[in-house]
Amino acid sequence: MTVETILFYLFGILAVVSALGMVLNTRNMVASAMSLVVTMISLGAIYLLLEAYLVSALQIMVYGGAIVVVFLFVVMLLNLSTDELPPGKLRFAKIAFVIAGVAILSQVLIALGQDPLLTAQPEAVPEGFGGYRQLGIALYTDYVLLVEMTSLLLLAAIVGALILAKRKID
Amino acid sequence: MLPLDHVIGLSAILFTIGVLGVATRRNLIAILMSIELMLNASNLAFVGFNRIWSQAEGAPAVDGQIFVLIVIAVAAAEVAVGLGILLSMFRNRDSMNVEEVNLLKW
Repeated sequence: MTVETILFYLFGILAVVSALGMVLNTRNMVASAMSLVVTMISLGAIYLLLEAYLVSALQIMVYGGAIVVVFLFVVMLLNLSTDELPPGKLRFAKIAFVIAGVAILSQVLIALGQDPLLTAQPEAVPEGFGGYRQLGIALYTDYVLLVEMTSLLLLAAIVGALILAKRKID
Repeated sequence: MLPLDHVIGLSAILFTIGVLGVATRRNLIAILMSIELMLNASNLAFVGFNRIWSQAEGAPAVDGQIFVLIVIAVAAAEVAVGLGILLSMFRNRDSMNVEEVNLLKW
């Protein structure tokens, strides 16, 4: 076992545990959002181990920094720190959801271990893989239409969020 | 080198946790956070597969990572609109429970 593999398992377990903590914590919304931060940062570390350097940095800045802060802002603004249903009200449909989820997941995991493509050792990455230079070149040549469409989407989202959050439309 | 089947397996586990969150929670903020978790799981799968097919004809290929960047932008847009909906819902109903918002229910 190399250091990379050990780090991968460490951050993988951390991500799964904090994701479970986020989903199962029905008492405290702030703690739930903080668990989400831990998941995001662990995933950022795993991207680093997968040699996706720019994506790792953006993951930590945008998800860990911006998106979760927006969540926390809304939770604290609306004073939602206590929450939700009376505890222990897990209905039959929800139990069925959990069982189905675990069944499908175990199928996927068994299938993954038998795929020769995935279990093969990956080759070494070429020079400059995952850096800002390669991503920038790809983004502004092959995928320039995608960038333009994303900018339109963001504009629509800004206008939509403003209209929704305004007190009343004149 | 990382075992890539384990990377994809981790992505599947995180996605399942996100689905369970959407299915079992009744708080709109918790549902939005679970959706973020699912988007992150798909991002992890993109980065993992990009690590397998890391070159095309000798040049580095980063298409999976481009997809991840776009997904991050879409997630940010989704959070902005989702929290806008949440604010107006809280203003009208004084509650975050999605079961009380049933005007469109048949």
